[in-house]
Amino acid sequence: MANKKKKLLQGNGACVEGAIYAGMTFYAGYPITPSTEIAEGCAKILPKLGGRFIQMEDEIASIAAIIGASITGHKAFTGTSGPGYSLMSESLGYAYMTETPIVVVNVQRGGPSTGLPTKVGQADTMQARWGTHGDYNAIAIAPSTVGECLTETIRAFNLAERFRTPVTVLLDEVMGHMREIIELPEKGDHEVFDRVKPTAKPEDFEAFEMTDNLVSPMPSYGEGYRYNVTGLTHDVHGFSTNRTDETIMKLDKLYNKIEHFKDEIFKSRVELVDDADVIFISYGTVSRAALQAMQIARKAGAKVGSIQLYTIWPFDYEMIKRATKNCKKVIVAEMNMGQICHEVQKVLDPSIKLETVQRYDGEIITPMELLEKLEEVL
Amino acid sequence: MATTEKQKSDITHKYLRPQKSFPSVWCPGCGNGIVMGAFVRVVDKLGYSKDEVAMVSGIGCTSRLPVYLDFNSLHTTHGRALAFATGVKFGQPKMKVVVITGDGDALAIGGNHFIHACRRNIDITCILINNHTYGMTGGQGSPTTPEDAISTTTPYGNVEKHFDPCDLAMAAGATYVARGTVTHYPQMEKIISAGLEHEGFSLIEIISNCHTYYGRLNRKGDAPAMLEQFKENAITTGKAKKMDEQELVGKYVIGKLHEDNVKSEFCCEYQKLIDHQKG
Ligand SMILES: Cc1ncc(C[n+]2csc(CCOP(=O)(O)OP(=O)(O)O)c2C)c(N)n1
Repeated sequence: MANKKKKLLQGNGACVEGAIYAGMTFYAGYPITPSTEIAEGCAKILPKLGGRFIQMEDEIASIAAIIGASITGHKAFTGTSGPGYSLMSESLGYAYMTETPIVVVNVQRGGPSTGLPTKVGQADTMQARWGTHGDYNAIAIAPSTVGECLTETIRAFNLAERFRTPVTVLLDEVMGHMREIIELPEKGDHEVFDRVKPTAKPEDFEAFEMTDNLVSPMPSYGEGYRYNVTGLTHDVHGFSTNRTDETIMKLDKLYNKIEHFKDEIFKSRVELVDDADVIFISYGTVSRAALQAMQIARKAGAKVGSIQLYTIWPFDYEMIKRATKNCKKVIVAEMNMGQICHEVQKVLDPSIKLETVQRYDGEIITPMELLEKLEEVL
Repeated sequence: MATTEKQKSDITHKYLRPQKSFPSVWCPGCGNGIVMGAFVRVVDKLGYSKDEVAMVSGIGCTSRLPVYLDFNSLHTTHGRALAFATGVKFGQPKMKVVVITGDGDALAIGGNHFIHACRRNIDITCILINNHTYGMTGGQGSPTTPEDAISTTTPYGNVEKHFDPCDLAMAAGATYVARGTVTHYPQMEKIISAGLEHEGFSLIEIISNCHTYYGRLNRKGDAPAMLEQFKENAITTGKAKKMDEQELVGKYVIGKLHEDNVKSEFCCEYQKLIDHQKG
């Protein structure tokens, strides 16, 4: 492991490195602060590797283009921020419905609307779960260091390909723009998952066949399978249906392919919770402050723990329940008016008090603020 | 659906997906079927393999067309076909990418993608079936609904101006532009064929009948009557040159309107960039 190549990178730049490591070969996007460096990085690197970059006319076109490219066999990628993520919503739903792997990075700013373009926020957390209409299941993950921007982007591609689904990587302005020196991984350091291709003969092929893990092998256009892709509710062959049984089968497939295998998706960092009186629960940039506050408090003799969520969706209710069972209070800290705190509340034992630290003024939550809250609740 | 011997011998049968996607959503007499027939005959003549053709569409009656044919078919979101198709073509430049779209799909909700696909001159053949209305949602006004025409959202006559899709495509940078009607069948095959063979963005506008809504609301009669009207109102490009603007009101100028074989194509340009950057 000695002498790995090191590089000073922004979180946005690390996402590009991670995507390339994962085998991404197609990027389509539209500039938006604070995510633009992802597009710029891809524009620069992709042609050198034989990959493709295109600046589309808007974010609606960007997500459409990456879905099209994914169907031709590319690992496809886009980056954006709140307003662009909102524009992508309709075709994000198309990707859920057609089970097309894509990765979307949302570098969050303050909102709603144009909001605070150059400031930080985490108010798209719920949008990453419920952003498009209809019933579906979603995967969203959140790194908290520049190094993790790289590794979590690799994980995002692996999950997208493994589950045939869009994956949202939730960064925020601070994460996207902060610079840290990171080690660049070498080939073999991280697993890279490639989508499963069909082995059936074209005449026996069912595009959305039911398999043991509910994920159907996916051919690329041009490989002889000539299947139909539609956003209409469809049968196993990919043709639209109004039948109740086929509708239930399709929606259950979309939901359960994630629900039944969520242990493969969950990822969290649980620290010093066993004896803790108070536990911080956080994700993304805020987790940096939470970990630091925990360490300071521990040094001062206070029994404090921390739960950091890397996987936000699907939400790991069981882990929250387990990890908090001995504590008296939890403090959910997030840069919004309260989103994940409601998920935590759902499974918290009634004897445990839920406290929150919330900022939605465009500034980050500092360790100091968390320590003040700690003092107040201890 | 049972297939007769005669159907089996028809060239179109080779390209249909009879077991899966029929009956179609189209009304009896709809012009979409005529365009579909022309398209598969052209593909057959050109000798394309089914695997190399990708057909992309948005939402609408017209946009159902790719679903009925045995190619790689991508039925997407309303208005976005050209953006999806851009991803398919740029992702796999070897493929013949064809977009089938309606006037609402291409020019209203998809207008932005339409002009930018033209501007890039990406090698996509866009067949726009213009029935002057939103057929699927029941006959509302579209960007090609003529002035004064009745639709369910212009019940007192259309007060808006309409787009000419061919003019728009030429102004935006498309390098092959032609118009036909469902009545002028041999000419339609010719321009579809030329569009498919052209390297660059081609727009083929086909004037078609929605007798169910547009025809009924505007007292244009049934399908045969509307096809007859297309015949009466079509003017060849040669004849049109000798006519003034006033004389051309309400007429369809049919034939090749524009061809540019010099302007470079997007995917080729990007490939050059890759070759250069990879060194
Ligand atoms: C985002 C969105 N808005 C509206 C619709 C409803 N809609 C479906 S088809 C259609 C119009 C289609 O008209 P056109 O493209 O002219 O095709 P036609 O049906 O006439 O062939 C509309 C408005 C939709 N599906 N999606």
